[in-house]
Amino acid sequence: MTEARPIHSVVLVKQVPDTHNLTGEVMTKDGTMNRGALPAIFNPEDLNALEMALEIKGRHGGTVTVITMGPPKAANILRESLFRGADKVVLLTDRKFAGADTLATSYALQLAVQKLDHFDLVLAGRQAIDGDTAQVGPQTAEKLGIPQITYAEQIIDIADGKITAQRALDSGSEIVRCTLPCLLTVVGSANTPRPASVRRQMARKLSAAPGEYAAIRKEWPEFETDEALEAYLTEHDLKIPVWTADDIGATEGSIGLAGSPTQVHKINFVVLESTESKTISPTPEAIAAMVAELVHEYIVG
Amino acid sequence: MNTSSGRREMTEQKSIWVFIEHTDDHIADVSLELTGKARELGDHLGYEVVGLLCGHNADALAQDVIHHGADRVLLADHPELALYRTLPYARVAIAEARRRQPEIFLVGGTPNGRDFAPRVASALRCGLTADCTDLQIGDYYVKKEDKTYKDLLYQIRPAFGGNLIATIVNPRTRPQMATVREGVMRRPAADASRTGVVEKVTPAFEPGDFALEVLSHQVRKSTIKLKDAPVIVAGGAGVDGPEEFALLRDLANLLGGEVGASRAAVDAGYIDRAHQVGQTGTTVRPRLYIAAGISGAIQHRAGMDQSSKIIAINTDPNAPMFQIAHYRIVGDVGEVLPMIIKTLRERSLGESDAAERTVDQGDAE
Repeated sequence: MTEARPIHSVVLVKQVPDTHNLTGEVMTKDGTMNRGALPAIFNPEDLNALEMALEIKGRHGGTVTVITMGPPKAANILRESLFRGADKVVLLTDRKFAGADTLATSYALQLAVQKLDHFDLVLAGRQAIDGDTAQVGPQTAEKLGIPQITYAEQIIDIADGKITAQRALDSGSEIVRCTLPCLLTVVGSANTPRPASVRRQMARKLSAAPGEYAAIRKEWPEFETDEALEAYLTEHDLKIPVWTADDIGATEGSIGLAGSPTQVHKINFVVLESTESKTISPTPEAIAAMVAELVHEYIVG
Repeated sequence: MNTSSGRREMTEQKSIWVFIEHTDDHIADVSLELTGKARELGDHLGYEVVGLLCGHNADALAQDVIHHGADRVLLADHPELALYRTLPYARVAIAEARRRQPEIFLVGGTPNGRDFAPRVASALRCGLTADCTDLQIGDYYVKKEDKTYKDLLYQIRPAFGGNLIATIVNPRTRPQMATVREGVMRRPAADASRTGVVEKVTPAFEPGDFALEVLSHQVRKSTIKLKDAPVIVAGGAGVDGPEEFALLRDLANLLGGEVGASRAAVDAGYIDRAHQVGQTGTTVRPRLYIAAGISGAIQHRAGMDQSSKIIAINTDPNAPMFQIAHYRIVGDVGEVLPMIIKTLRERSLGESDAAERTVDQGDAE
């Protein structure tokens, strides 16, 4: 049996530095990241979460709203979400959010989710590749006062106000049933995220947050003023809403660096040196001698 | 929801807590490893070591925790706690932590531990550091306040990117929470003569705590025993494709070992994630670790740098892995591995020492 009523999903996504392509100075003096030094990408497992939400919408109807907290250029992943099928996006950005650890982040996300009219499911990637903490999902669920299903791999059913899902664990798998609303963290093996739809891309390519108006007007000089652009975007439902700390009613001491209990004491550049080391030429003779030595030391054999 | 309804015990005794995980009447290795670490920190600081144990009919497990170093076990024994579930377990931990105000709370970096710890930290509004590779005690000076916080838990973990180790502290919030992966800390030997207090605590569940029910639980018996393998032959991005990766399996079989992998090799689809060594994979300390085409990002090194002997093979002479290797081979994995395999096969076939024979042949030419 399938839920007759539509399911409204909120997907929490993050723009992350591409840790596979590290360049330059990435840490600042206070131990936080200089994100500008790295290419920024859509956190991979957040794409799996978005895909899961879109599949749920396909089956049950409803809406998919995508929220990200980050710098203004995080609007890029919101546009990408719109191209892939999200109905609505929200950019949570404010200098006051800067330096947030996972606790301060979950507080801001809680307030943003609660500002939405209604939600049945909150989805997020299991973890982000820049920190691999997997903490923000459960922390946000706790703050929202809703249960959590971590490591969700497959939705089996949504019916009678309950969701049945399979969790992927190191040691096997588990099937759980949980009341709605609840929060899911989604693993990479859950699905293959759909690509951006060309049709949606054409229709939504002008989507922009106010911080991007200058750049857009450079490309589209026919918009002579920000006001003219804004009027156009508003009329065509292309304006990416920006919420600040004040907009979500955040208490200053609970966000950003001030709201983060964890502090970076120090950062060490590691110089590792093994005490004894030998350079072995890649020749059969040298390799054989090395093996003989290991046999002699009872390491192999 | 976050108001402190619990009565704070007026006790001077500070404590370090360890979340005790268990399945099938067996305590998880990581929980005992952390109990051992907590004992070490507790002795240094003069704190009581407390195991938090949720379960059903779990008295024997409580004794096991004491034998591994705990002074006290807080035992929540209830049918609803027989199996791990986020909300009932978190309910117990949150209530007891509010009441007793532990200084430090350590949790295993297992799937359940990583589900549990952030939930609890969020409710307690305390700091939480994931996947620490070391825990130490030290002071922290805050210039803005001109104040030194004494005896904080240094939560040490590889940070972002590859060449950094970050030391994280939580100066103002308690408990100081951290997760640590299995195998990172040494497991202490059990001492059956150790005694301690088993204190029963009564869970005060709320109806919402049972929002989630487990319908079925399938355990896939893992055939990969990376953690206990005496030899690990691990491959990374420098391995050229799945066929070359098969050489690692051949070598591992010859050496009676297992195949490991860096995250890059797993992401490339060469091998299942269960083989991943490193901060977010398995932490290993084999007798011999052969790193084939692994550049050696800190996240990977953190999971294997305690190996007795390390052989690194890489075409890039500047690969960080060479800095911790005992044997450095600058060369192509596809050429070097067959040489090692050939040498080992000859050794097992011939009576005389294969290495000497090879050298003799070399001399004869």
